[in-house]
Parts: sequence; C-alpha cells; structure tokens
Amino acid sequence: MESDTPCDDGYTLASLVPVVAASAVQNACKLCAPLGASLVFKGIAGGVPLLHGSQGCSTYIRRYLISHFKEPMDIACSNFGEQTAVFGGGANLQLALENVCRQYAPALIGVATTCLSETIGDDVPMFIKTFLAAVPESARPPIVHVSTPSYQGSHMEGFHRAVRAVLGALAQGRGGEATIQVNLLPGLLSPADLRHLKEMAAAFGLQAMVLPDYSDTLDGGQWESYQRIPPGGTPLQDIIAAGNAAATIELGHTLAAERDTAATDLQTRCGVPARRLGLPVGIRHTDALLQALAEISGRPVPDIYQAQRGRLLDTLVDGHKHVNTVRAALYGEADLVAGLAAFMAEIGIHPVVCASGGAGRRLAPVLHQLVPARQHAGMTILEGADFATIEEAVAGARPDLIVGHSKGYAMARRLGIPLVQVGFPIHDRMGGPRLLHVGYEGAACLFDRLANALIETRQAASPVGYTYM
Amino acid sequence: MAISAEYKDADGVLEGKDLEGVRRRLLEKYPPKVARKRDKQIVVNRVGEDGSVPVVMSNVRTVPGLISQRGCCYAGCKGVVLGPTRDIVNITHGPVGCGFYSWLTRRNQTDPDSSPDGHNFMTYCFTTDMQDEEIIFGGEKKLRLAIQEAYDNFKPKAIAVFSTCPVGLIGDDVHAVCREMKEKLGINVFGFSCEGYKGVSQSAGHHIANNGIFTHVVGTDDAVPEGDFKINLLGEYNIGGDAFEIERIFEACGLTLVATYSGNSSIEHFARSHTADLNLIMCHRSINYVAEMMETKFGLPWIKVNFIGAAATAKSLRKIAAYFDDPALSERVEAVIAAELPAVEAEAAAVRPRTEGKRAMLFVGGSRAHHYQELFAELGMKTLSAGYEFAHRDDYEGRRVLPDIKVDADSRNIQELEVHPDPERYRPRVDAQRAETLAAKGVDFADYAGMMPEMPAGALVIDDISHHETEKMIALFKPDIFCAGIKEKYVIQKHGIPLKQLHSYDYGGPYAGFKGAINFYQEIDRMVNSRVWGYLKAPWQKNPELAAKYAFE
Ligand code: SF4
Ligand code: SF4
Repeated sequence: MESDTPCDDGYTLASLVPVVAASAVQNACKLCAPLGASLVFKGIAGGVPLLHGSQGCSTYIRRYLISHFKEPMDIACSNFGEQTAVFGGGANLQLALENVCRQYAPALIGVATTCLSETIGDDVPMFIKTFLAAVPESARPPIVHVSTPSYQGSHMEGFHRAVRAVLGALAQGRGGEATIQVNLLPGLLSPADLRHLKEMAAAFGLQAMVLPDYSDTLDGGQWESYQRIPPGGTPLQDIIAAGNAAATIELGHTLAAERDTAATDLQTRCGVPARRLGLPVGIRHTDALLQALAEISGRPVPDIYQAQRGRLLDTLVDGHKHVNTVRAALYGEADLVAGLAAFMAEIGIHPVVCASGGAGRRLAPVLHQLVPARQHAGMTILEGADFATIEEAVAGARPDLIVGHSKGYAMARRLGIPLVQVGFPIHDRMGGPRLLHVGYEGAACLFDRLANALIETRQAASPVGYTYM
Repeated sequence: MAISAEYKDADGVLEGKDLEGVRRRLLEKYPPKVARKRDKQIVVNRVGEDGSVPVVMSNVRTVPGLISQRGCCYAGCKGVVLGPTRDIVNITHGPVGCGFYSWLTRRNQTDPDSSPDGHNFMTYCFTTDMQDEEIIFGGEKKLRLAIQEAYDNFKPKAIAVFSTCPVGLIGDDVHAVCREMKEKLGINVFGFSCEGYKGVSQSAGHHIANNGIFTHVVGTDDAVPEGDFKINLLGEYNIGGDAFEIERIFEACGLTLVATYSGNSSIEHFARSHTADLNLIMCHRSINYVAEMMETKFGLPWIKVNFIGAAATAKSLRKIAAYFDDPALSERVEAVIAAELPAVEAEAAAVRPRTEGKRAMLFVGGSRAHHYQELFAELGMKTLSAGYEFAHRDDYEGRRVLPDIKVDADSRNIQELEVHPDPERYRPRVDAQRAETLAAKGVDFADYAGMMPEMPAGALVIDDISHHETEKMIALFKPDIFCAGIKEKYVIQKHGIPLKQLHSYDYGGPYAGFKGAINFYQEIDRMVNSRVWGYLKAPWQKNPELAAKYAFE
C-alpha cells in the first residue's frame, strides 16, 4: 500500500492546471445545471421538480435521468413559448405551480431555472411570492427556488446549489427539539451508496438527515397501488430540523475546497459544525467517515464495519498482484474522480489521467494531496475537458484501464482499452443505480470489478486461454 | 388486414366503461380552464359513412405544469430530422445540455461503409458550450471558431448549426456566420433557427429542418443516378435498422433508392434526391413539407406509404408498382411478396393464440401511433386508445381537413417557404390524365387519410396525453401493453403493465417490412406473456393465512 505524501509546494490553484480552453466542445463530459437540481428535488419526500423555461429542457433531462435510473421521473415545466420568451414567464410559472399543486399535492416544489429564463432575467422569487399570496395558507406547499444557468456551471453546480437552496430556505435556526443528530450531504452518489450511508449512520444510533435521499424514489420496487409521487426521500421535517443537528458531514474533496457550501451556510446561520470530508471511496476516506460518525455519536465504530474492513483488506491482499502498478484513466465528476484516485493510490494503481468536464479548478490541488508525490509527474489532470481532449490524453498515456461513465465508451472502444463503468450516467449497462462505490463494501465491489476487467483482458488476449491467471 | 373492426360495446361504451365518464375522470383534477382545453384534445372516435371523423384539437401549446411527452423545436430539427445523416457535422450553438441530451440517444443506425469517404459523425456531439461571456457579449465569435475547428479536425462535406433557446434572445446571427464560413471554407455550411421555445413541440423543428434542407441542399447535384424506378423514402429514420430492412426489400424489387430522409443517409443523397421519380412518405408529420416543396419546384409527386406491418408493406409495394406501371416491376414485386409473406404469416399464426384479444394503447410521435396499430391487428390485438405527441389535425383526421386548420399564434412564425417551379428543372412526372388513371388504381397522390378513419369507432383518441391522464388510463383500463417512450416506460411498468418503446424500440428492431414484422410479433409475445409479472407477489403475500400458520406452529 502506498503511503500518502501530500503535495507541499505552494502552487496557486488556477495556474497549476489550466482549464482546457477550446471554442467547440466535442463530446462533452458534463451535463447541465438543472439536471443536478432536479435530482436533488427528487430526493425529497413528496418533492416535485419544476423547470422554469421551455419544455425541451425538462423533457431532455427527464429522458436522460430515466435512462440511468430506469424509474419514473416527473419533472414539470412552465413551458415557455415565443411570447413568453419575449415578455417573461411570470404567468406561465403561476399556472404551472397551480397545476402541479392540483395534480400532485406535493410536499415541496423545487423550481430550477433553465438557460432561457436566466437569459431573459425572470424574477422567479417575485413570481413565487405572488403565487403564494393568492393561495390560502393551509394549502401552500413550500417552494424552493434555485438559479441554475448552465452557462455558469455543470450538473454538479446545479446539484450543490439546489442542496444549499433547500437548506437555506427550510432549515430553521437553533431552538426546537433536536430530532436530527447529524446532517449528511452526500453529493451525487448512487441509490445503493445512499442506502449504505444511511445504514452507517443508523449503526451508530444516529438520526440522520440525508439530503438528497433518492435511494427509494429513484430505485424503488413495484407499486401495489398507484403512487402519485414515489415513496421515500428526505422527510421535510428533517430538513427543517437540520439546524439543530450536532454536525453536518459534507462529502466531496473538491467541494471541501469551496468557500461557501450548504454545510458552511448551516454553520454560519445555525451554528452546526461542518465536517467536510472526501467521498468515502476506499479505505482512508471510509475510515475518516466512520471516525467522524463515532465522534458525533460518542459511540465506538460498530463491529460490522471492523469486519467489512477486514474483508476488504483481505481482498486487497489476495488480489494485489492483479492491480499493482496498473495504470488507469479516470473521468467524471470532480469529486468522484478524486475519490477514485484516492482509492487507486491505496491499491497501487497509478491514475495517469484524471479528467472532469466541470471547470471547478479544484481538482488538481486535491489530487496532489491524495496521490503519492512520486506519481504526480506522470499524471495528467484535466478540468473543463471534453472527450476529445480526454481521449487525446488517454491515447498518449495508454493506460491499462479506463474508469468512468457510459459516455466514455466510444473512446474506450477506439483505443481498445477496457472500460469499467462507474458513477453517472450509465445507460448502456444494467444496474447503474445499484453500483456501490462508498464504504469498505463499495471499495471491495470496485476492486473486484477493476481486477476482473484486467484479468478478462489478459485472458482474452492469451492465445492459450488459461483459467488461472 | 384492416385495422378497423367495430368494438362490440354499445355506442359510447368501451370495455363496459362509459366513455363520457372516462373523459370526466381524466379531467377532474384540472382547473376549469385547463379542463376546457384538454376536453377538446380527448375525443371518442366515430367514423362517418364518408370517412369523416370528429375534430381533435392538436398542435396547441401544452399547459404549463402538465407533464407532457413533448420535446422542443430544437429536438425536432437537430434530433429527429438532421440527426440521422452521418456525414454532416452538426454543431449545437448554445449551452452544453441541449447538445449533450441529443447525442445519439435516438438509436438511429447508419452504414458508413456505404459512403466512399466512410464519414460518420453521428457518434460525436459538437456544441459551443456557451458560457456567461457569450450570453453577455454574444456567441458569434465562438461559433465561428467552432465551425473552423470542426472543419480542421474532420474536413466534412457540410456543417450545420442549430440554435438553442438563449441564442435567439441574445441575437446571434447564425445564418450570417454560416454564410461567411461557407465562403471561407468552400464547403456547405448552413444554420437553423430552431430555438426550443418556437412552436409547441418538435413539430416546429421538423418544419424548420425541412425548410433548411430544401433551401441549402436539395437540388445542389443534378447527376441522375442509374436505375429505372427511382424513389425517395421520406420520414424513415432507421431506428433499430428499419431502413436497412426496407432497403433490402426495395433492392429485391428492383427499385432504386435515391435518398432516405434521413435514416442511413448522406448529404449527397439529399443533394440529388430531386432527380427521383416518386417520393414515398412514411412519417407524414415530420417530412411532408419537403415532399410538397419538391413537387412544386421539381415536379415529382408523393404518395403515403407504410412499411410497418406485413400487409401494409405489401400494399405499399403494390402501390409503388402501380405508379410505375411496368409489368416486369409488378412481377418482381409480386414475387417478393409471395416469397416473404409465408414466413411472416407462419409466425403470426404461431404467436396469435397467445396475443389474440389482448389490448394495446399507443401514445407516440406523429405517425407511429397509427402505423403500429397494423402490427397489433395482425396479432389479433385491439387498440383501445391512441394519440400522437406532436401531430396536427391532418395526421388524425386526414389531409381533407387541411383547409379548415387554423394556425394559432404559436405556429404562425414558423416560416412557410415560397416555392416556385424551377425554370429549368421542373419536370412533372405524371400529367393530369395519368394522375386520374392512377388514382383510380388506388395511387392516391398527395393524400394521407389520417389515423382516425382507420381506427375502430369507440376508441379513445387523446392528443398530447399528459402524465396524469396516462396514469388514469392505465388505472381505468389496465391494458395488456402500452406503447410510448422511455419517459413513460418505468412509470407504466410500476403498475405491472409492460411498455414497449416505439421511439427507440427499447433495444430491439427492426420492426419495419417483413422481417421486422416477425421481430415485432415475437417481441410483443414475450412482453404480454412475460412470467415476471406473475412473481410480483411473494408466496406469503398471496396466502397470508398460511404464513401466519407457520409462525404460530
Ligand atoms: S438550455 Fe440550458 S438548461 Fe436547457 S437543456 Fe440546454 S443547457 Fe440545459
Ligand atoms: S434550451 Fe431550448 S433548445 Fe435547449 S433543450 Fe431547452 S427548450 Fe430545447
């Protein structure tokens, strides 16, 4: 196992790795902002997302999310026409809100903007106020507005902005009953990941508020009877009580490098201490999460995690020969890439290309802390990259493995390098929502898949066809 | 095989349910104004002696807040019509999402090896990925660079630019940029003002795409391809390989396909498509504009065909043969039909005992909700309810209603090109007298009868069905299969009812032509008779007393 040597030179963030600047984006490696926001609103119990703009965006975003989650995905829209685009979308938003209330009786409506309503500069908070004023108090659902112009950020910015907007609008200050002990802001993870994290908190006896929690709403069973809104999601009263929690755990290495986030907001506003950790992918960062939970709960780490950790290490030792000194290319959301790179470093895989479509400018310094210093020189870090740029880097580096989502398939195929699919979106394989990335068990799953991909490749290339590799 | 068969229920009753009551149930949750609007889009089918059917309000704006199946103008232009052409570099001018979401998501197939240069850009997605700076200062500069870059990297024959919503607002002149770059690069570069807010659905984008191809591409190459019976196939997008199957049949019949709009197509095919002798229209909604304009400018007529369903395929082939009126061709066509049909009929006979009497609902697109009723009829299944996502009244009621259609404010700004006969190249393929003789033989030029005259009376026709109404229909009728798209798929299946995607075909296809019919029969058999639905309840849920007894013992 590699030792963790943090990067010590005093670089400035932006100068270290320039964000890729090209005029055209060829095969983007990012999605748009309202998609991230919609995902957050889908993770709130009784929540209905509503996009303020023209219907194409909501349709595209629905179909895209559905192709990954394979679950119902209702996203309403205020349905701009040419007139609306000229005169503003106030009336449309009112009508949309009214119709959503009537059809769904939602516990919460999340309004996210599209590029269109942002470009014309609609005053959405004012529209919402007008709407609410006309509704009897008893019938008013909470409405959360988040501004999500995609020309300012990708789906991850939309996601984090929405989490922040929800807590900003609903979480009340200190005072009430402390029904929630810990707030857990996981970031964009799979439903399987969310379930795993909830189990962890529960194992410490903690009442946790996980936001968003689409582990049921986007990975549910068959319906015995008609469900207007799929069951599950973060309960509204838990979000309201978030200000009373003992701590907020916010996951994501690059997110932790941001100045203002949902967790820092809660800290400033309600005095809830923010603990900002990396994604718990691999050993060290799962350790860190469990330790944080132990401290917050005042209880020791439950035995099951000791056992899972033991099994993981046993697996790593057993399979070490398959992965050691292997070179991999990673792409996807910055925080997932950072989490994966940290895990790779633990098992002896060199992440030779680390790429993200987002242009957050935080990935490079974070990676330099997570990956041993002697690998830095051989590591290409790309931010704001499209697949044309990523492919060039990967072709140059000739790694043994590529790790990322479905959109890298064409690249992997052209280069003849095996692709292990992780993260989002996964639409050409089954089971994306059930992929476990986090915790010791997630690490073991990832390890098996990485090692097996390597074994399979070697097996297929062998002229003999050995079954002991 | 005719689709139409009167349902046995009494008038106004479908499967024992009073249809007025059903309509009320669909509308009751809506505010009065919304209900009044939707009321006109939900119609009980009745077919008069003369084939007349009730009016269906359609091609109107979806009410904000109702979750619709519809996409936007850009989706219709870039995604549907231009997307399937392999050798045009399509650049989406706008923020990243619109381009990303339309990146090869429709399962259009293509065969790059059939073009000499082997160009295929369909697996690529180019966008200008507009940032704040462009929204504020304009995006023309970035677009110019993007076109240059695409040219430098790929040396394509043509580049097309598609505007998304913000572009129209910030006032970029994409057409001027395209003209400038066309001049500079010496290749065809053209733009589409297909901002998503235009029109009410994809339909506006189809029209804009038709106008653009016609203006910038059709007729730019006068070389006449070899072949005696030259045809174009319009409105066939090669989802799941449909166009490949149709091409196979055409070839066997000795028909020369000049261009398909736009499945498995190359821009070169469009350029010389005006040299063909006949246009065949599959999807009337998305492509009739180009057919009309080609007729006016170059004189080649169009007929409606349908290659979905074995009987429909045979009928369409015979119609083509009748048009060309050549004994050798007719003989070949008959030989092909005779050779292909037995296998299809054998498969239908094998499957039918398991599908007979099952009930389908189809809500999709602008032609498939009609065409696929053929295949279901061949399986002995009946269509309880159907509707289109973005069609117009003529697609429901037939082109006979065209003069009565009122264009509303949402569609008024979609340009109708003014087209005149080409002074040199206009060549009417049939004169008035021959047209009459052919019409008598069933070659109905420039006509589409529409979906409703071929549907059973008593079926429910719903235009632009909302998510809410979909769920109500499922709950009320519990059909054996529901046909729509991926957005509807998983909500329907939560109710234990299989959903067949008729946009992307799930992962299957082809379903067109003879081989396609066989595929479809097998697929529907698998879906309506799948065992998985039988496992929905665990044994202890099915028999709670038993479970309790064990616990007690
Ligand atoms: S306009 Fe903006 S919000 Fe809509 S799909 Fe495009 S990028 Fe996404
Ligand atoms: S922004 Fe406009 S063009 Fe893009 S997806 Fe949305 S509606 Fe369509």
